[in-house]
Amino acid sequence: MDNVSASITELPPAAPHQHAAPDSFIRNYVFSLDHKVIGKQYLGLGLLAVCTGMFLSWIMRYHLAFPDKPVPLIGLIAPTFAAGGVITPEFYLQLMTMHGTIMVFFVLTTAPFAGFGNFVLPLQVGAEDMAFPRFNMMSFWVTFVAFAVLVAAFFVPDGPPLSGWTAYAPLSAVGKSSGPGEGLGQSLWVVSIAIFCIGQLLGSLNFIATTLDLRAKGMTLARMPYSTWAWFITSIIGLIAFSVLLPACVLLLLDRVAGTSFFIPAGLVVSDALQPHSGGSALLWQHLFWFFGHPEVYIAIVPGFGIISTILPAVCRKPHLGPRVLIACQLAIAGLSYMVWGHHMFLSGMSPMSATLFSVPTLIITIPAAIITLLWLGTIYGSKLRVNTAALFCLGFVSVFVTGGLSGFFLSQPSIDTYLHGTYFVVGHFHFVMGVAAMFGIFAGTYFWFPKMFGRMMNETLGKWHFALTFLGVYATFMPMHWLGLEGNVRRYSSFPSDYMHGSLALHRFITAAALFLGAAQLIFLVNLLWSRLRGPAAPDNPWDATSLEWSTTSPPPFDNFAGVHPVISHGPNEYGVASARGDYIMQTDPPSAAASSAVA
Amino acid sequence: MAPPNPARTGVWVGIGAVIMSFAAYTSAMIVRQGTTPEWHHIALPPILYWNALVLVASSVTLELARQRIGGPFDRLGRTPAVQAAKSREWQFWYRITLVLSVGFLVGQFFAWRRLASEGVYLASSPSGSFFYVLTALHALHVLGGIGALLYALRCLHADDGPRSVNVLGAVAVYWHFMAALWVYLLVILALWI
Amino acid sequence: MGKLFAAAVTVIALVSAGIFLSRVWWLPPDFTTLGKDIDGQLVETMIFTGVLFVAAQLALATFVWQSTSRTAAIRVFPGGPMPLVATASVIVGLEILSLVFVGTKVWSKIFLAPAEANALHIDVQAGQFAFYFRYPGPDGKFGVPHPDKIDEGNSNFFGLDPQNDTAARDDIVSASLVVPVDQPVLLTMHSKDVGHSLYIPQLRLQQDFVPGLVIPVHFTATGVTKTEIVCTQLCGLGHYNMKAYLEVLSRQDYDKWLAAQAGQ
Repeated sequence: MDNVSASITELPPAAPHQHAAPDSFIRNYVFSLDHKVIGKQYLGLGLLAVCTGMFLSWIMRYHLAFPDKPVPLIGLIAPTFAAGGVITPEFYLQLMTMHGTIMVFFVLTTAPFAGFGNFVLPLQVGAEDMAFPRFNMMSFWVTFVAFAVLVAAFFVPDGPPLSGWTAYAPLSAVGKSSGPGEGLGQSLWVVSIAIFCIGQLLGSLNFIATTLDLRAKGMTLARMPYSTWAWFITSIIGLIAFSVLLPACVLLLLDRVAGTSFFIPAGLVVSDALQPHSGGSALLWQHLFWFFGHPEVYIAIVPGFGIISTILPAVCRKPHLGPRVLIACQLAIAGLSYMVWGHHMFLSGMSPMSATLFSVPTLIITIPAAIITLLWLGTIYGSKLRVNTAALFCLGFVSVFVTGGLSGFFLSQPSIDTYLHGTYFVVGHFHFVMGVAAMFGIFAGTYFWFPKMFGRMMNETLGKWHFALTFLGVYATFMPMHWLGLEGNVRRYSSFPSDYMHGSLALHRFITAAALFLGAAQLIFLVNLLWSRLRGPAAPDNPWDATSLEWSTTSPPPFDNFAGVHPVISHGPNEYGVASARGDYIMQTDPPSAAASSAVA
Repeated sequence: MAPPNPARTGVWVGIGAVIMSFAAYTSAMIVRQGTTPEWHHIALPPILYWNALVLVASSVTLELARQRIGGPFDRLGRTPAVQAAKSREWQFWYRITLVLSVGFLVGQFFAWRRLASEGVYLASSPSGSFFYVLTALHALHVLGGIGALLYALRCLHADDGPRSVNVLGAVAVYWHFMAALWVYLLVILALWI
Repeated sequence: MGKLFAAAVTVIALVSAGIFLSRVWWLPPDFTTLGKDIDGQLVETMIFTGVLFVAAQLALATFVWQSTSRTAAIRVFPGGPMPLVATASVIVGLEILSLVFVGTKVWSKIFLAPAEANALHIDVQAGQFAFYFRYPGPDGKFGVPHPDKIDEGNSNFFGLDPQNDTAARDDIVSASLVVPVDQPVLLTMHSKDVGHSLYIPQLRLQQDFVPGLVIPVHFTATGVTKTEIVCTQLCGLGHYNMKAYLEVLSRQDYDKWLAAQAGQ
């Protein structure tokens, strides 16, 4: 680490530490201003949320496989909603709503972006902390409060809402007459999501200001690591998307409690009662929601792109292919993501011309995604792979992202979507891209950055078993859903009394078995996390021989990241496979004289 | 090149978010007007226009205050006596700004009272709904802006060095945006509501 | 481990592709004039995506296999085979664009064309948790529905007012959608309460009911069949069980059925 001191120049004028070192338990671990702690808090919340969301999905899957049997043990946990373990149709939908909401918001938006981004981004740009540490602390606790409000819906008399994570109006707007859980439960849902939006906006604020203003000397935008680029782009997408979801939630809440009619048209008769509302538009909710909702899925996946693009060169020991093309493609995806929201609404009665207008950019957005995938394949080609667990999850990411992305081709064409919309084909598609690919990004990031976060190495044997069983498990669970969809098997059904869906039970049972197997495999990950945290072998500063700044400081870093030294950057993040004093790579903080003499043979 | 200024970047990012959310409300209003046959136009209470003047005036007085604080290099040339005089002046204009901003909120409240007395409530008609939503949310953001002004004042009293001047600069950007946003909303309300 | 991964990816890719190709789980046969076009588009997309799927997974497996063998070395530098990647990008891009154009043609054929002039007009109402179908009756006119007059207990599902509305007196309400074969049918769809959707896989037909809107959709059934109509828009606890039957009858059987309904 003597190279760090070799690159010190003068300290910038009047730059005191952004915040003092923590001096109490509360300051250290609870209301911490340190981005590293806040990142770990977000990851902890994501872990809690994913365990909750997975548990809900096991109940759903068990019920789908054995619709006439009660689910073991559930009667004890939920005696009012599932007496004797019997899953009523409404309880199924309530589980499904909470599963989707928890997974999309509290796992896929927090962990890859707020979790890893908070921990790693300031380190990677050479800053002491995020630009606004107090807003950062607030953003985590606001998000935590949002989670608590959401979970509270399980404890109100009528239970959580049953309108899905998409909460379409008027089902979600007219109040409890439309179904169980649509009273207080739905209101709690709306309030939770509104609070979540505020937390995300505070987070985006920090990411953007830190990336633009707090980069260390020599860290030009072009030299930023690809994961920093990805978090930066994600924060911009999030800024715009969540700024639209918040108004949507405000208007929905007003419809529910203040008697307004933003989303409720006239003349509705719900539960034999003529609704007093008039003139609202149910489609307006869909437009506002999906204007947020589609960019949201890119918020879930773009950090994964960044994580893969950071890890792959390190494990392939050669530079990433086409880094400028990579960034340009991510920017293109970010821009196009705002033009495609109508592809969720092809069947909503919009004019055929509008459908075409949405279908075209939806297909076009696959081009930059395909190029990025090809860049990864090109990076792997002709490399000398170090096969550790982080590498495996990156390779797995490529495989599952291809699978999930390709199934999108069918859904992006309205004439085919006419048949496949609302079927298990859609469920298979979004689980592959979000529930699998984005999760693989989270796993890859965990195995890669755990040593830096906790100063200990994770166990490689457990990691490889985790990967192997998970990789097989996800294909076994989610690939058959496409076949169910081709048969016309409808989603969001608690069981299948229709004649033509009777034959699907065998496939559903297979999926349930695979899903439970997949869930069990995650225990290996949990054990590995806990064991390594407590007893893992000490981690060196740079266990992966990687180039970016976080690896130039200690594992874990000191509270101000670089021990009072302000790093000076002389290289980009892509200097792998070059002969140097270190071997086959040059770190970003190495002196300029350590230029690449030649390619490593 | 100017040194990086996170406070400025932060406030522009925040303004971006506010613009997007009001764009969402505006488009919701336009869609809503398109789907309902019974859109009753509301006559805007005249006090709304006075309130606009008050808010714009508060932006002007805020700038007057900022000029008298000056930048770090301005102050190098000042004698203690001049410094004291300037200090009294900027604090005066700052207080006027705060008074005007509270006056704006009071004026908005009277506008709502006036409409309520005419039978226009949040749920009485779609145009009423949007009027209240837009004006209430703007007032909420103005309230936040007043909080920011008070925070900046506290910073300036504690240490009137470059850092506090910087904070005030960021707050001022947000405050002027609040006035601009109100003018935009007034135009929208006058044309559509 | 890398080689195991490569092997697993290869097996998964080939087995999955094989299952798709075998059509062991596939669309039901279609009974609609639109079937050929929609199914054709689907198969074309499946071929395209199938080739890309197998190619990409096999490329991944091959590269990982090569890169983890003992003789692996950094072969292409600085980043990789850019010309190859560029070529692949262009090919994929062209395929995608062709899908756009072909898809638009099929789509406009289906949805931009209006219903035929002689279409049989049936009014459809979806509500929690049933579909009801209304025929205009011998006078050929639909009565006006009044939401405030809906009375399910007395089977007045549409809120008709036969006492004051002459056109409503002979409207026929049925819980099944019964249509004659080879006859264009126009459905006007509206919702009583929340969002619903109408899905008839055999007709390759799906359309949402949006509260507040009346949405037209048309089809022509090409064979005698009895199949299910299911709801595909989450509408509450009874969503899973919200269904009705579509019966496509021969012209004579349909006329007999209609006469019997009108007699009631």
